[in-house]
Amino acid sequence: MPNAPDLALFAFAPCPELAGEVRRHTVAIVGAGPVGLTAAVDLALHGVSVVVIDGKSNVSEGSRAICWAKRSLEICDRLGTGQQLVDQGVTWNEGEVFHGDELIYSFNLLPEPDHHRPAFINLQQYYFEQRMIERATALPQIEMRWQHQASDVSVFDDHIEVAVETPAGIYTLECDWLLACDGVHSTIRSSLGLDFSGRVFQDRFLISDIHMEADFPAVRRFWFDPTFFDGQSTLLHKQAEGVWRIDMQLGWEADPEEEQKPERVVPRLRRMLGDIEFDIVWTSVYTFTCRRMERFSHGRIFFLGDSAHVVSPFGARGGNGGLQDADNLAWKLALVTKGDAPEALLDSYDSERIPATDENILNSTRSTDFMTPKSRVSRVYRDAVLNLARSHEFARRLVNSGRLSIPAIYSDSPLNTGDTEPFEQGPPPGAPAVDAPVASPQAPDERRWLLDQLGTVFALLAFDDGEMDWPRLQTALAQCQPAVRLLRICPPDAADTEGALIDRWDIAAFRYDGAPGTCYLMRPDQHIVGRWRKCLLPEIEDALNRALARH
Amino acid sequence: MPGKLRTELGLASPDDFYESLIGAHEGLSDGQSELLNAKLVLLLANHIGDNVVLTEALAAARAGIEPDQNPSA
Repeated sequence: MPNAPDLALFAFAPCPELAGEVRRHTVAIVGAGPVGLTAAVDLALHGVSVVVIDGKSNVSEGSRAICWAKRSLEICDRLGTGQQLVDQGVTWNEGEVFHGDELIYSFNLLPEPDHHRPAFINLQQYYFEQRMIERATALPQIEMRWQHQASDVSVFDDHIEVAVETPAGIYTLECDWLLACDGVHSTIRSSLGLDFSGRVFQDRFLISDIHMEADFPAVRRFWFDPTFFDGQSTLLHKQAEGVWRIDMQLGWEADPEEEQKPERVVPRLRRMLGDIEFDIVWTSVYTFTCRRMERFSHGRIFFLGDSAHVVSPFGARGGNGGLQDADNLAWKLALVTKGDAPEALLDSYDSERIPATDENILNSTRSTDFMTPKSRVSRVYRDAVLNLARSHEFARRLVNSGRLSIPAIYSDSPLNTGDTEPFEQGPPPGAPAVDAPVASPQAPDERRWLLDQLGTVFALLAFDDGEMDWPRLQTALAQCQPAVRLLRICPPDAADTEGALIDRWDIAAFRYDGAPGTCYLMRPDQHIVGRWRKCLLPEIEDALNRALARH
Repeated sequence: MPGKLRTELGLASPDDFYESLIGAHEGLSDGQSELLNAKLVLLLANHIGDNVVLTEALAAARAGIEPDQNPSA
């Protein structure tokens, strides 16, 4: 039976500071969870040296976050772990919602084919961390320090000092920039005395991971008023290697200690699962909360993931939102440390990620209000929606068992360059790039994926018009600071396909409204800077400067 | 301020509708009546669809109703 503590143990190792040496690190990351590791690998791939400290000696206990969204997988593809995660995880696109025993609504989160990644995979958090640790360990820019516990932080004009406790004593870690990825109970946040305000919902859920050999499909199943459990709601979801996640709504009066005891948990699960043999892997009781810091950046310190914001579960918006934080900050910080962008670029972390967080909190709050009606009338409407949903299509769209994570669009970002010409389709400025199958001239029938071609740099995606002097544009783009990679997309019958990507299945041009001459400038995190109907270098350079906060 | 919500007479047969509305609740408990009312609101709201009309209707319905000093009472 897979049990998190058996998976990986990391030895304590002393560091130069413990021997009295003073070292100044460029970037220090506190917390080796999914978000801290993602930030570390992303920064390392940009060539930035990173030290990661964590008080633990192992990956996270219990599976905790399980649903990794399409956008997270695309980020992991960029970092080199995407395929491993997909191979190990359980792929799913569909959900079913029951009222009592009756199926009232089902949905497919990936309504169109021809995307590399599915809407979601389910994979236990400890496996996600393991894959990311393996990746981090293979990168020379990253130094992992296990059993190094941050206990206090001091802020100076030109650097940050973190007091670190280890089995071999205490030392001071000096860094230019600090990333606090140390979770909901962030030591960095509390030692700075920063706010963390929001809303606590009066409900408790029992979360259980169990191991069983069951042939239920890999579908997200949610019950309102299940018959096997008194009154409230329940979620069943498949994870890797025969582990299943079950969440059961207990109500506010439930005693968290009492409800976690096997003599309480087992009979409850037995009623749900019938005669199937199962073992409990992990249980926990949690209260729904939605909170965020007022700002995520504080001078040389940035807060990412749960340290900056928490949402109620059922939308998979915690872990996936945290990975988007890392994805958003890493390239900006990398360019600033290398002197390629002014420090003002870092201000956009707040201006992009705070609206994204508010969107996650809004969706999570609405789901929670539907699942846990807070007044008599809200309960009446909830029941009316469930009742109507059985026979009326419109009401199914009102049923809210979690609005699952979709990537944020930074619509109002100061880094964007707005459209000056109409587009029918395609990701607008601020949106993440959309995937499509493409081919290379050498293997015209072999599917490759557009997002895999973008890399971790600025890129110009240009749809060939048969007239442009591409070599000249490519040279000019390469001379930009930082360099912009040219990705030219050609129709299959184009005369010159050398070095281009072939839109063999006509999908890229459709998804980008890619009439000949159209181009999209993309950031290193694959979000769109701007788009035009003609590739004109001055416009592209102007947009690049705006995306780097040079204006 | 004239809005999008129609408040002049729109019902084709007002007395017949009123009788049907009350009649639909016949034999129901208060709880069942609450459910019926909620379903009716949702069905009609979906039929209307227009967010401006619905927002105006919510405001018109709420007008003149002040929250009690002790809302839980």
